[in-house]
Amino acid sequence: MPSSTRSDDTLFKVGTGAVALIVPAVVVGIAVMLWRDSRLSIHEFGWGFWTTATWDPVSGVFGARPFIWGTLYSSILALLVSTPIALGIAIYISELSPAWLQRPLVFITELLAAIPSIVYGLWGIFVLIPFIRSIELATPAAMKALPLFSGPPLGAGMLAAATVLAIMVIPFSSAVAREVLRAVPQAQREGAYALGATRWEAIRMALFYGRTGIVGAVMLGFGRALGETMAVTMVIGNTPQVSLSLYKPQYTMAAVLANEFAEAATPLHIDALVEIGLVLFAMTLVINAISRAFIWSLGRQTRTRVDPVPAVPAAEAA
Amino acid sequence: MRNRWRKALSGTIVVLCIGAVLVALLPLALVLFYVVTQGITSLNLAFFTHGPVPVGETGGGMANAIVGSLMVTGMGAIVAIPIGVIAGTYAAEYRGTRIAVATRFAADTLNGVPSIVIGVFAFAIAVLPFHQFSAMAGSVALGIMMLPLVTRTTEELLLLVPQSLREGALALGATRARAVFTVVVPAALPGIITGVLLALARVAGETAPLLFTALNNQYFTADPRQPISTLTVQVFTYASSAYTDLHRQAWAGALVLVIIVFTCSLLARFATARLERMQRGS
Repeated sequence: MPSSTRSDDTLFKVGTGAVALIVPAVVVGIAVMLWRDSRLSIHEFGWGFWTTATWDPVSGVFGARPFIWGTLYSSILALLVSTPIALGIAIYISELSPAWLQRPLVFITELLAAIPSIVYGLWGIFVLIPFIRSIELATPAAMKALPLFSGPPLGAGMLAAATVLAIMVIPFSSAVAREVLRAVPQAQREGAYALGATRWEAIRMALFYGRTGIVGAVMLGFGRALGETMAVTMVIGNTPQVSLSLYKPQYTMAAVLANEFAEAATPLHIDALVEIGLVLFAMTLVINAISRAFIWSLGRQTRTRVDPVPAVPAAEAA
Repeated sequence: MRNRWRKALSGTIVVLCIGAVLVALLPLALVLFYVVTQGITSLNLAFFTHGPVPVGETGGGMANAIVGSLMVTGMGAIVAIPIGVIAGTYAAEYRGTRIAVATRFAADTLNGVPSIVIGVFAFAIAVLPFHQFSAMAGSVALGIMMLPLVTRTTEELLLLVPQSLREGALALGATRARAVFTVVVPAALPGIITGVLLALARVAGETAPLLFTALNNQYFTADPRQPISTLTVQVFTYASSAYTDLHRQAWAGALVLVIIVFTCSLLARFATARLERMQRGS
C-alpha cells in the first residue's frame, strides 16, 4: 500500500536522522562542557591567564603562557622539518615513482601514522633522548652561547619533541599533498612539458596550481601537531618556561593536561586545566576549518573531490 | 649554459624527493626495529597471564591491562559503532539534507579534535558527576573517538555501492528502508567493517584520554564503575618508572600494541579492496 510505504520511508528517514544528529550534538556538547567547566578560571584570571607565566597549583596562581609557547613553538619547528619532507614524498609518489612502487610507498608512509603515540614516546625516551643528549654534549661552546642552543645537555627538551612531532605529522601532510597533486589536471603538466619544461619545472607548475591545497595540507599537519600528547609529554621535559632554546626542556598544553589532570585537587586547578583544553579545542577547530577551506577551494577549482581529512591509516581507502 | 643549469636543478630536486622518502622511512625502520628487538625478548607467557608484581620484584605481566583495554575499547565500540553506522547511512542516503551536511561536518571536526581534549570532555561528563574514575568514563572517551571514523567510512563506502543496486531494489517496490537494509548495507558490509577496524586501530593505541578517565589500577577488575588499567597507560607508567624490569615490560606492551594496530589496519585494507573490486564490477 502506497501510504504505508511512505510512512515507512518517513520513519526510516526520521529515525536514522535522529541518530545522525548525535554526531553534531557531541561536538556542541564538547564546546559547552569545556566552557562551563572552565568558568572559575575564566572568572578569576580573565585574559591574564594567557599572558601570565606563573603556574603554581599550590598557591593557586595559573598562567598558561609557557604552555601556549611550547605548543606553538614545537608545532612550528615540527612543520619546518616535516613540510619539505612530506612534499618530497608526495611529489615522489605521485609524479616520479614507477607505478608498481606507488601503493607500497603509500602503505609504508601510512604505517608511520598507525604507530601509536605512546610507542613513539617510549622510543623517544630510550633511543631518541640519549641520541640527542650525545649531540648536545658534542655541541661546541661557541654554539652553545647562541640562544638557540643554550641550556644543559639533558636530551629531553624542545629538540626531541619537535623531532618526534615532525615524524608523526609527515604522513598527514604528505597524504593531503598527494591528493592535491592528484587533483591537478594532467593537461597542466602536458602543457608545461610541451613548452620544453624540465621535470622540476613541470612539478613546480603543478605545485603552484595546487598551492591552496598544499597550504591546507601543511595547516592540517599543524592542527595534528598542536594536539599531539603522549609522545611529546614523554620527551619534552615538562618544565614550564618560555625559551627559544632547542636544548631546554619545555612544556605544552596537551602535556600539562596529561600530567596534571588526574591529580588536580582544587576546583580552580581543574578549571584552569579545562580552560587550557578549551583553548586547545578552539585552536584545532580553527586550524582545521582553515585547512579544509583551502583544500576545498582547490577541489572547486579543479572540480575534483579532494578529501580534506584522510582517514588514517589507509587514507586512500575511503 | 642556462639549459644545463635547469636540467641540473631538475635532477637535484628528483634526488631530494627520493631523499625525502628515505628520510621518512628511517624513523619508521628505527622505531619498528627497537620495538621488535626490545619487545620480543621481554614477551613471554607471563606477560599475558599475570598481573603486575610488587615494585622491585621481577616477573609479572600485563594481563590486567590487556583485560582492561579490551573492556574499555569494547564498551566504547558497542555504543559508537551502531550510532556511527546509522549516522553514516543517513549521511549517504540523504546526502543533500541539512542534517547530513551537519553530520559530515561534525564528524570531520570531531576527527580533528585532539584526543586529550576528548578526554577532558569525558572527564566532565563521566567522572565529575560520579566522583569516580572508571572504566566506563574511559570507554566514553574512546567511543567518541571512534564515532567520526565509523560515520565517515560508512558514508564513503555506502556511496561506492553501485546506484543500480539501489534502483533495482526500489524498482521492485521495496521501501527506502528495505532497500537500504536488505540491499545496500549488505553490499557495503566490507566497507562498514573497514570503518570499524580503522576505528579500533585508532583507539587501541590511545593513551591520553585514558589517563584521567579510566586512570589505572594494579589489580584485576571487571567492574565498569572502577578505575581500570589499560595496556597503553601501563606502558606509559612503566616507561616513566626507574626500574629496568618495568622498562622491559613497557617494550613488550609496545610490541603488542603495534601488532594489534597493524593487524587492524591490514584487515581494513583487505576489506576495502574487496569493495573496490565490486565497484569496478569484476
